Amino acid sequence: MTDNILTQSEMEDFRSIAGAMIPGSVEFRVPGADDPAIFADIVRSIGRDFSDVRASLAAIAAIAGGTLAGMDEARREAAAETFRARHPGLATTLGRVVLQCYYRDDRVVRSLGLEPRPPFPKGHTLEQGDWSLLDPVRTRPKMWREAP
Amino acid sequence: MAMVTHDIVDVLIVGSGASGAAVAWSLADTKMKILCLEQGDWMKPSEYPSTGRDWEARRYSDFAIFPNRRGRDTDYPVNDDASPMKIACFNGVGGGTVMFTAHWPRMHPSDFKVRSLDGVADDWPISYNTLVPFFEENDRMMGISGLEGDPGVPPRHPPMPPLPLGKTGTRYAKAMNKLGWHWWPSDAAIATTDYEGRAKCINLGHCTPGCAQGAKASTDITYWPAAIRAGVALRTRCRVREIPTNEHGMASGAVYYDADGVEHFQPAEVVIMAANGIGTPRLLLNSKSDRFPNGLANSSGLVGKNLMLHPWPMIQGYVDEEVDGDRAPMLSLWSKEFYETDPGRDFVRGYTLQFSRGTGVVNEAIASAGFGKLPWGKDHHRAYRERVFRRLQIGVACDDLPEEHNRIVLDPVLKDSNGIPAAKIEYSMSENTRRMMEHGIARCEEILRAAGAKDIHCSRTALNSPGHLLGTTRMGTDPRRSVVNEWGRSHDVKNLFIVDGGVFVTGGGVNPTSTIQAVALYIADQMKQRLANLFD
Repeated sequence: MTDNILTQSEMEDFRSIAGAMIPGSVEFRVPGADDPAIFADIVRSIGRDFSDVRASLAAIAAIAGGTLAGMDEARREAAAETFRARHPGLATTLGRVVLQCYYRDDRVVRSLGLEPRPPFPKGHTLEQGDWSLLDPVRTRPKMWREAP
Repeated sequence: MAMVTHDIVDVLIVGSGASGAAVAWSLADTKMKILCLEQGDWMKPSEYPSTGRDWEARRYSDFAIFPNRRGRDTDYPVNDDASPMKIACFNGVGGGTVMFTAHWPRMHPSDFKVRSLDGVADDWPISYNTLVPFFEENDRMMGISGLEGDPGVPPRHPPMPPLPLGKTGTRYAKAMNKLGWHWWPSDAAIATTDYEGRAKCINLGHCTPGCAQGAKASTDITYWPAAIRAGVALRTRCRVREIPTNEHGMASGAVYYDADGVEHFQPAEVVIMAANGIGTPRLLLNSKSDRFPNGLANSSGLVGKNLMLHPWPMIQGYVDEEVDGDRAPMLSLWSKEFYETDPGRDFVRGYTLQFSRGTGVVNEAIASAGFGKLPWGKDHHRAYRERVFRRLQIGVACDDLPEEHNRIVLDPVLKDSNGIPAAKIEYSMSENTRRMMEHGIARCEEILRAAGAKDIHCSRTALNSPGHLLGTTRMGTDPRRSVVNEWGRSHDVKNLFIVDGGVFVTGGGVNPTSTIQAVALYIADQMKQRLANLFD
């Protein structure tokens, strides 16, 4: 085990917990966070959060009484919920590490009706809106105070 | 390794951000030899987050607003464990303007005279009217968009039209009209037309971590090109350790480390500190000597004290249709309805309400999860789709009155990568501020309900940390009660000036960049008028 690479066991648990966090959905036509491409992106992107991710996985394993991989869905979800309740700080970090990659996957982005692209250089269009809404505000007297 | 000593310059500026850039540009017409030292790099807009698919995630890594999280080798750590608000800043050419959201309110006339008007804190030794020509000049240099005629603020003349209302702004506007409360499109340091070589905004959305389009007015693309054309030199990757003094008690220049850790001495006739309200007092406290045992320019004992951070609760709610989300600048409207002191309230002073558009798909998920509103498991997708692009969000920009116990000191243990002692923040909110916050939160909830929002939420523990670092080297006429005089010169060291937000006596309830730069231009103008007897 090195300091910056998850062990095989940690990887399996992490993938299980990612799948428990965001499972695939036929209804919404999206993969789960344990999808191979998404999970690979998650692992590549841990970066500054490595120590918190490792601590999270250790806490989950302790709650589950062993490895999550191979555990039935109900027990896995129960372990995830217990972890979230007992370790809210770590759960926030672990969630962010998963969410920041899940919601940039092309399939997920398209399922939201969006084009999978960065903002630049195409940008977006912003409607002007109805500026006549300002009319009643324009008629108000001065609100700020003069000062000596 | 021997220290490298450079040729003397007339003016040495420490820091290239909002104030350093403005003062450099203004002094350039004196034809003095001017050099600015910046500990960061020039930024490359082609590498800003909005150019890549990981644009939202990078706000949690190399473009985080918090230096401790960002951890670039150009950053210095700040111990903010003893503060409910975390410190935000950026180190690079342009400083905090690279990493700001481009909100552009000015402080109000009443903000400069709080003792006279409201019986609290202290008056500034200068007035709003003193700064008006510098506000106007700065608006032209930075390129500001906005709409004249706002009854909530003194007259100003933004050179470009305002950002569009969009769907989100329209929702807010209708709600505010229903309540009969003031609102106006926010002034923004964002080009809404092509302006002085800058391309107009194309709604990349993520303005804070650098604008790839160049529409946002960071000083690396506004003041610095003009200052450099006028002859000012800018040296990057220079981390200043201390400001030494000579046998006459005058600042003799700066000792700094380059990117390779080599120590340099840059002599100067005049030293101007522009390293923000944390960086400047940190350097002054690190510049102790036999003559200045409590740190440089600190005979008052006030260097580092009276820190003001602008507590800033954010209140969110969700509507039943998609609004703008992150597909436009975050800025939308402001309201001055509750800005001025009202004797009928249980607090003095007041706040600006800042109406934001929303957030992106990743940040919506992360924020909702953080609020405990986004379940894990099979309900995740349904819950998420009820929230994404439906968020309304209002910030309460609270006036944060100065208190001496709110301060920075040198951390006894923490050091930066060059071994320079780091700043430690000791900060707590006053009862007045807490009451103001609660008042603002309640008004925001009313507005959000009027806008049709549900699932309204406010975190009182994880306050937004906008990175407004003010008050730690305050301005005043009394050397016992201030660090610099009414034109920015140290009371103790006659060739040492401070131009950043540290000189603020009070902070108002607004984002301070516009006022910081107006003050810097004012101090530069005062220096130019007194060149013949600057040290008298």
